[in-house]
Amino acid sequence: MSASPLKPHALLAEFGTAADIFEAAILCRDAGFSKWDVHTPFPIHGMDEAMGLRKSPVGWFTFCGGMTGFSAGMTMIWYMNKFDYPLVVGGKPLFTPLYAFPVSYEMTILLSAFGTLFGMFFLNRLPKLYNPLFKNERFKKATDDRFFIVIEAADPKFSLEATRAFLTEKCHATAVEIVED
Amino acid sequence: MASASASAAAHKASHGSHGAPALKVADAPRELEREPLVLNERPLGWITNAIAGVCENPMPKWWWPAFVVSFGGMIMMFSLIAYLVSTGVGVWGLNQPADWAWDITNFVFWIGIGHAGTLISAVLFLLRQKWRTSVNRAAEAMTIFAVACAGIFPVFHTGRVWFALLPGYLFPAPNANEIWPQFRSPLLWDVFAVSTYGTVSLLFWYVGLIPDLATLRDRAKGFLRKFFYGLFSLGWTGSNRHWSNYEKAYLLLAGLSTPLVLSVHSIVSFDFAVSVVPGWHTTIFPPYFVAGAIFSGFGMVLTLLIPLRSLFNLHDVITVRHVELMCKVLLATGSIVGYAYGMEFFIAWYGGSPYELYAFKNRAFGPYWWSYWSMITCNVISPHFFWFKKLRSNMVFVWIVSIFVNIGMWFERFVIIVTSLHRDYLPSSWGYFTPSWVDVMTFVGSFGLFMTLFLLFIRFLPTIAISEVKGVTPQADPHHPLGGAKGHH
Repeated sequence: MSASPLKPHALLAEFGTAADIFEAAILCRDAGFSKWDVHTPFPIHGMDEAMGLRKSPVGWFTFCGGMTGFSAGMTMIWYMNKFDYPLVVGGKPLFTPLYAFPVSYEMTILLSAFGTLFGMFFLNRLPKLYNPLFKNERFKKATDDRFFIVIEAADPKFSLEATRAFLTEKCHATAVEIVED
Repeated sequence: MASASASAAAHKASHGSHGAPALKVADAPRELEREPLVLNERPLGWITNAIAGVCENPMPKWWWPAFVVSFGGMIMMFSLIAYLVSTGVGVWGLNQPADWAWDITNFVFWIGIGHAGTLISAVLFLLRQKWRTSVNRAAEAMTIFAVACAGIFPVFHTGRVWFALLPGYLFPAPNANEIWPQFRSPLLWDVFAVSTYGTVSLLFWYVGLIPDLATLRDRAKGFLRKFFYGLFSLGWTGSNRHWSNYEKAYLLLAGLSTPLVLSVHSIVSFDFAVSVVPGWHTTIFPPYFVAGAIFSGFGMVLTLLIPLRSLFNLHDVITVRHVELMCKVLLATGSIVGYAYGMEFFIAWYGGSPYELYAFKNRAFGPYWWSYWSMITCNVISPHFFWFKKLRSNMVFVWIVSIFVNIGMWFERFVIIVTSLHRDYLPSSWGYFTPSWVDVMTFVGSFGLFMTLFLLFIRFLPTIAISEVKGVTPQADPHHPLGGAKGHH
């Protein structure tokens, strides 16, 4: 029941400007942390490199969605107008990719968009309706005008005292707090 | 000092006795300062407060009367549609030879309006036009609401909608005789284009909203607001690991929406161009329709945003520069539209088809001459005022012209559809279309639906993309002094 101070979820460090958090992120990356993150009200240009993140793989989901959409469109039209119930209309061919193209094109885009959206949700593990960070009052500013670094206690290099000192003294965080689980 | 003495040396050399002309090194051009996108160096917190405040504070006094009127219009429209469904499409003035008239005019009008939203959100994003951030949210909302209005007309002009929708000729489900929809028809392409467009616009809009919904969640006071903003923001924390995938997804959606928006109005134009009706059967239609759609859509964006920025005091975010840039888009697309009108006439003459030529003469000088010349006045003449900066930055004037653009683009579709249909090959089957009161009031009612949705949007959602606007301020740049960077630049 009682939140044990010995079992923190993470350390939360607050920064006031984009430049401060940018430099702090570089320090955290170089310090070798793995379970840590930067929280900002908007994406900061260059932060992916500063954190050492790999390129986002969302594009693969888009590609798969698009391929599915295009082949589904072509197959559907072939099946309906040529295979299942062939019906000559206006003396035109029963199937050609030409007249099937507009609909298949739209389906490519439709399923690419769904692939992109759900791919992004999947990679980000969203929706996530519980997060210990939400219990922290200070963290509410992460969607307003403050910048945060969160280093999780589960990180192998995490040690309450040393990491706190690192965030305050080396990274110059304006405030460091424990986030309880 | 060094450069001064160097240029003195160069000066000396060029006038020296050696005779060899020395290179004159020009000074580096002074970097032109761009007008900031958010005026008065507003801090990030100010942006949150100003925008989130709009949907958190009680709505101003005008909101309720505006909502009641719009809601009334919407109810009227749905009642008239119930009347149509229970009676038949004859309650609209449709009859041979004009089986398409106000219904399809309204459809193309509304779908065209949507296009500006996608253009702003997707095309300008790909072109790295940062000014879009102040207007894209409202423009995308406008797109979705306009597509909703557009969808109503083609669905209900089928009369017995239950045949159209369920065992459809529209959606691929076999009808009573187990016959599938006919995919050679552009009308069916249109069904796929419009429904894809509506869906993708909604997804794109929602993705853009997630970080802002999280902002509203973190500021929410009441239980309901906390619950719903919390639910729809999906647990967004502004994590950079998330932003990384999010930005990629946003870029991809923009990349997908761009060919989509171009295809949608091209396919809408195929509804006409693929037929053999004089006045419709032309290859210029796809680009001409797309330009017209963007033209009409920017007209509607200005009609909505100019009042919005003054009613909610958002002058520092939607600045005069934003309005001016949109006027320039009106000027460009309006000129394309004007060119297309001229080219259509030229080809009608040059093509040598007497029917085609007659269709165009009939447009300008036949019984519907008044609609043709209304279109020309509104679409060809009015955008050319925007060559002048003084007029572009006069908000009242811009707003009035934007209304003219809306009217003109409605007339354009009316001209294309009705003047072509009412007199085609056989003079014995010529006719004259007059709208019924149901036609007129259903169209008026569709504005009620549109405004109801837009007013609810202002009431509950951030009208400007908060996180995106923050992202284009100098404070967001870690290498800018305002972003806290130390040292020289």
